[in-house]
Amino acid sequence: MAGSKLAGGASGPAEGRFLFRKFGLTERLLERCLGEALSAGGDYADLYFESVASTSISVDESLVKSASYGVSAGCGIRVVSGERTGYAYSDDLSEERLLRAARTAAVIADGPARQPVAGFRETPKSGLYAIPAAEADPHIAQKVELVMRADRAARAYDSRIVQVRAGYSEELRHILIAGSDGAFATDVQPLARLNVFAIARGPSGSARGSSGGGGRVEMDFFLAEKTPERFALEAARQAILQLGAVPAPAGEMEVVLGPGWPGVLLHEAVGHGLEADFNRKKTSAFAGLIGCHVASSKVTVVDNGTLPSRRGSLNVDDEGSPTRETVLIENGVLKGYLSDKLSARLMGLADTGNGRRESYQHIPMPRMTNTYMLSGEDSPEDILRSVKRGLYAVNFGGGQVDITNGKFVFSASEAYLIEDGKVTAPVRDATLIGNGPESLKYVSMVGNDLALDEGIGTCGKNGQSVPVGVGMPTVKLDRMTVGGAGR
Amino acid sequence: MSATSEILPSPAIPGDLRQLAGDLVAKALRAGARDAEVVIREGDEFSALVRLEQVEKLKESGSRGIGIRVFTGSERSLHSASASTSDFSAEGLRRLVCGALDLARVTSEDSFAGLPEPGEFGALPGELDLYHQDVYSLPVATRIEYARRAEAAAMAADPRIQNSAGGGFDAATGRTVLANSRGFLGEYRRSYCSLASMPIASAPDGKMQRDFWYSSARKVSALDTPEAVGAEAARRTIRRLNARRVATQRVPVVFATEAARSLVGHVFEAASGDSIYRGASFLAGQLEKVVAAPQISIVDDGTLPGLFGTTPFDGEGLPTRRTPVIEDGVLKSYLLNTYSARKLGLRSTGNASRPMAGNPGIGTGNLYLQAGSISPQELIGQIQAGFYVTELMGFGVNAVTGDYSRGAAGLWIENGELTYAVEEVTIAGNLKEMLRNIAAVANDLEFRGPVASPTLCVDGMTVAGE
Repeated sequence: MAGSKLAGGASGPAEGRFLFRKFGLTERLLERCLGEALSAGGDYADLYFESVASTSISVDESLVKSASYGVSAGCGIRVVSGERTGYAYSDDLSEERLLRAARTAAVIADGPARQPVAGFRETPKSGLYAIPAAEADPHIAQKVELVMRADRAARAYDSRIVQVRAGYSEELRHILIAGSDGAFATDVQPLARLNVFAIARGPSGSARGSSGGGGRVEMDFFLAEKTPERFALEAARQAILQLGAVPAPAGEMEVVLGPGWPGVLLHEAVGHGLEADFNRKKTSAFAGLIGCHVASSKVTVVDNGTLPSRRGSLNVDDEGSPTRETVLIENGVLKGYLSDKLSARLMGLADTGNGRRESYQHIPMPRMTNTYMLSGEDSPEDILRSVKRGLYAVNFGGGQVDITNGKFVFSASEAYLIEDGKVTAPVRDATLIGNGPESLKYVSMVGNDLALDEGIGTCGKNGQSVPVGVGMPTVKLDRMTVGGAGR
Repeated sequence: MSATSEILPSPAIPGDLRQLAGDLVAKALRAGARDAEVVIREGDEFSALVRLEQVEKLKESGSRGIGIRVFTGSERSLHSASASTSDFSAEGLRRLVCGALDLARVTSEDSFAGLPEPGEFGALPGELDLYHQDVYSLPVATRIEYARRAEAAAMAADPRIQNSAGGGFDAATGRTVLANSRGFLGEYRRSYCSLASMPIASAPDGKMQRDFWYSSARKVSALDTPEAVGAEAARRTIRRLNARRVATQRVPVVFATEAARSLVGHVFEAASGDSIYRGASFLAGQLEKVVAAPQISIVDDGTLPGLFGTTPFDGEGLPTRRTPVIEDGVLKSYLLNTYSARKLGLRSTGNASRPMAGNPGIGTGNLYLQAGSISPQELIGQIQAGFYVTELMGFGVNAVTGDYSRGAAGLWIENGELTYAVEEVTIAGNLKEMLRNIAAVANDLEFRGPVASPTLCVDGMTVAGE
């Protein structure tokens, strides 16, 4: 981790100095705060400065009914002593308030004062996403046009589309992290998302469809790569499809999951259970299973925070550590955990750069970035042909997991019956349920068509939300419980 | 500093928040807004987590923010936009007002937009028992001790509990000020504290189960004892051990209170005016029609002193009130803010919720399903074979169609008795039918949050398992 010593004052790369400039920070102030944080001892202290500007626009009934702009800024100060964490934050970044927050966080420790390491070493930048130039927004009219285009396209798809809502939201987050071990990192993190929600009405009732996408990108992403029309047509298509859906089946059956967003299966079934904090405390159903078979030998799952422009990607995590690719399951064998600094130190593991937090008001903890299964060798057509009677699920809402007993659910919003190898009738919404350490053992075929999701995932853990990505090729599970209301 | 020369009150003095709100409204009008509304919130939070007798996390801090909503254009057809900030400096406030007005240029004219009419504003008198100093005056050492005792009580309850996600004590206080250009200026303070215990139990085969229990109140003196919270957490965790799956079948499903309140939450989503005017609800167009079994009444009441959904006024400055939503099975009212009410040709029910930025949404007061007369034991005693659900998982609820499919855990009912634990199954139905198929309601209504329900039984749901 080669790095450069920081110069005080306002020289250096402009983006890295943003917070120094904006809040009048100096290297000396950072050192004073860290010194105050360790005034009662402790193993480690860090400062997390954050400034976020966000814009959102929404269209409802073809009218731009809402537009809002928000800014927030603050600093979170953490002191770690053994397994103990003290935390305080302030949205007033005056020296007096920062030092007070440092003293509040220091209450967790009760020993002699320690000195932070002299001199900061900056984590090198990896440049996974483009850094926007200005704070002001000259493109607001174009952003409005994006949501209007989505509205028009969805309505034009079919006369049975009776309601459309579309929204565009973006934020730009500047962060600066300074640690008592000399760690120093800055980053500028864009995040944008476009969503479309459609309602269709037919003779027998109404149905809904939704779609969206984005990533660590700016508005121009939606002009060139993923247009509003693309998401609008997808939402409208789903709503119309659902008008004719039959009740979903109930019980255990063969299940084929389509590529992309169905990878939420991995996020729930294995991802959370492999976050190091739960394993350090032995509260995860995966505790003690490293080296054991937890999936069929066709399954390899990784978490990778280094994919360019992806919603779950980060140049550095929220503790200033570089992100990386971490193999979780390799050919069915459990390989590793996702760690942050605290769990890496206490468990004697490498820090995988997965320490994340929702904002300066929150304590970092191990979190996923982009979690996906690698491609196998089967063609998607062969996979579907192999199923006598089952469910083909291609789109999902959210999921949830009980870390301790391993039970997880995820809810299909677009799924079809498979009968004699053929995809037939669409079915109504149904939840699928399984057991994390067991369910991937039933993976019998893995497609050659790995896809990542469109960039819509937000993961919640202990009350903190962070953006994440998932992905998967087409996968066949020989058994899984489908929670429909039908037979 | 910028070109504008307004003098704003010092943000450092909390007593001036009312004045600041009023000044910002005036500033927005001077800058060209036809109407404006300002909300200011400030709050403090404290949390302590003790795990295996050690303090694991200690957090204490405060923050504040301002949100503004502006309306421009003609009286008949307004543009609106909003902005928020945590920056209380003169420059920050200038940007807040200008940012909102700039955005109002790109929003559409909407003849239904605008603040409520002057005659509608108001606030319930008094403090409504919402704020108690004891939440924040308790010494830190005592708060940690509460958390430690809640965990210790669970750990001591049964030898099968050897691990824990901890015991916690949380406290928070908050102050909200709302002002608008139609003369409303109101504020309230609220306090909150909670005590939780989260044990983990292991069966002889090593399979683990977690559960939790908590007590929350607006004052520390109203909390259950840490020992009571820990003991209940242990009881709930132990009863989940040795859980099994069951065969796929149709049976009556009993929703224990913690699960039943989520059903009331789904009714809220379906009855909220935004869903109704968009046709995004299975309750759209159902006013005065039978939508539930005849013994079902659901009421929203934001006026009940001391409860978690109580405020003196809603997010637009209208007094909170009591609104029967379903009465004896008949849908009597939607829950509305000003915008959705105008869209539907109705009056607001005082259910506006105010985000820091963005248009008002719709929130509950205290929304509850009225209690029946039998005890939960009697209710279960009437069931030959059924599923008593204590926990639900996932998001498989579609408010447009009413389709309902969620992961569930609980206990199997045989011959009127609770027997073995059940997990890794789903329950499914359709909310339209589920509401009509509520066969029994127990008498154990308790307000543990803003949405509450007694134990109830829904006939004929599909349990999917083996």
